[in-house]
Amino acid sequence: MSAVAGDQELVDLVYAEARLIDEKRLEEWYELYAEDGHYWMPLTRGQQSPTSENSLMYEDKLLLHVRIRRLRSANAHSQAQPSWCQHVLQAPSIEDRGSITRIAILRTAFLYVESRRDDQQVYAGVAWHHLKRADERLVILLKKVELVNCEAALPSLQLFP
Amino acid sequence: MVNRFHDNPSAIRGLFRGGEVHRDVYIDEELFALEMDRVWRTGWVYVGHDSQVPAPGDYYATEIAGQPLLMIRSQDGELRVLHNRCAHRGAKVVSAVSGNCGGILRCPYHGWTYRLDGALRTVPLRAGYAGTGLEETSAALGLAAVPALAVHRGFVFVRLSREGRTFREYFGDSISSIDNLADRSPSGRLEIVGAPLRYLHECNWKLFIENLNDTMHPMVAHESSAGTARDLWKNQPAEARKPMVIEQFLPFVSSYEFFDKMGVKIFDHGHSYTGVNFSIHSSYSAMPEYEAAMEQAYGAERARAILQEIRHNTVFYPSLTVKGAIQTIRVVRPLAVDRTLVESYTLRLVGAPEALLERSITYNRLINSPASVVGHDDMHCYRQIQEGLAGGVNEWVSVCRNYSPSGEDAGIAGTYNGTSEVSVRGQFRAWVAAMASDGQER
Repeated sequence: MSAVAGDQELVDLVYAEARLIDEKRLEEWYELYAEDGHYWMPLTRGQQSPTSENSLMYEDKLLLHVRIRRLRSANAHSQAQPSWCQHVLQAPSIEDRGSITRIAILRTAFLYVESRRDDQQVYAGVAWHHLKRADERLVILLKKVELVNCEAALPSLQLFP
Repeated sequence: MVNRFHDNPSAIRGLFRGGEVHRDVYIDEELFALEMDRVWRTGWVYVGHDSQVPAPGDYYATEIAGQPLLMIRSQDGELRVLHNRCAHRGAKVVSAVSGNCGGILRCPYHGWTYRLDGALRTVPLRAGYAGTGLEETSAALGLAAVPALAVHRGFVFVRLSREGRTFREYFGDSISSIDNLADRSPSGRLEIVGAPLRYLHECNWKLFIENLNDTMHPMVAHESSAGTARDLWKNQPAEARKPMVIEQFLPFVSSYEFFDKMGVKIFDHGHSYTGVNFSIHSSYSAMPEYEAAMEQAYGAERARAILQEIRHNTVFYPSLTVKGAIQTIRVVRPLAVDRTLVESYTLRLVGAPEALLERSITYNRLINSPASVVGHDDMHCYRQIQEGLAGGVNEWVSVCRNYSPSGEDAGIAGTYNGTSEVSVRGQFRAWVAAMASDGQER
């Protein structure tokens, strides 16, 4: 079997994903996720399960949709003064081209800054992208975001590392 | 620090007028320091759950009112809470949050060792202490146990002051909310699952506690989160099966009437719960497999009685809030006058189907994570209050909803309509009594 996609296409999707968040093109970002896709931010190192242990985030497309609509809503008072974010990505490494599983896996170390006027939070971590083909498109089946300080007491984290 | 309140009980009593409370209770650093000594040290404060330390040598470290504490299982199987402070030079003996220390506790600095009950065991080069009178000093006491400890259905509470109310006197019938949570387990046993969500709140601890039984904010503050979920769902056909997250979001934007009829019950010493009659957890999908397990364990009638008690939030003043119906607890740790750590734990009902755990895990993440949209709504309001109160134009905060100035309803134990601010008044009655140091709730 062949790879899920060429190396450049895989890597390009990881960069595009971060850029769409940073530019708040969230409806386009949402479309990158597979219908059964998830955005997962574990709470502990090496956490195995998003459903039988607490996680910081574990969003299916419905919950991502709620978040995006909320961010666009006039009632989201915590965003009356809006947050902005910036990802700084290390070059993604292709861990598995998915020739057998049909799911390609990429690992990307990142820095993430989330800012809201005078507040600025800085995070670091590793993002894992599980990518697959659906209707000819390359889409995200899972983005797992492992923050280096996932176990710390955190203030409100309002966007998407 | 300015000393306006330390020796002035009448000034403290003047901070609460029944229907309003002075802004200083949320922003004054002297009052915060006094609270640690007079409310948090003399009250019964939640430490942890006994399932966190199942085996001898297991420990869990935390800090209450500035005191580093250690909950530990001794060799004899007893659970103890010790001061985590070496008798020698004062270093915290245990360094990690949790783990197993083996058969002894050993200070990382000079290697003094202690038995798991806190007794001093060995001192390196002991000869150097011959004739020094070490045995007569405080150091010989080892790691002191807290003056008062109570374990109720696995929930571990301590009182750090020597004198004070007994556990039963302090909590009274409010403890029934912990009983109901434990009774929901077919085996009667609960287990903490994994790590807690740890949300740093940039506000005074009381703003968080008060909000737990504030039923006038959900339909406003959570319009952005729960209201959005409702709007997304509303075009679905009526017979469509609601996803779990929708089922959990929707009740937050219930009507004023719903929350009013829910009812609130308050107890002496600041405790209260909303959801006397029903709550936001009442209309979750049935779980027949779980109900069958409950009937088998308790018999049909008793099982029904347990499961029909669907309380909203119970505040065990000042440190713990409990949601029995969804097996979630929130532990409050004040860090500074305007900083509070809230740690939210999920409990497993031992012997219940896994689906129940998934529901609890989903709820905790949806509501209590630092990345929760519901949390963002609340946190934003707390911070707006904290910043708003800094201005001195109006020094008073209104808590007089459903208050009768005759004084009958200044926070006296009883059952009230759910949208009353009576639980806040009950908390301040207890607060003033503790802070003015005479202990009398007037």
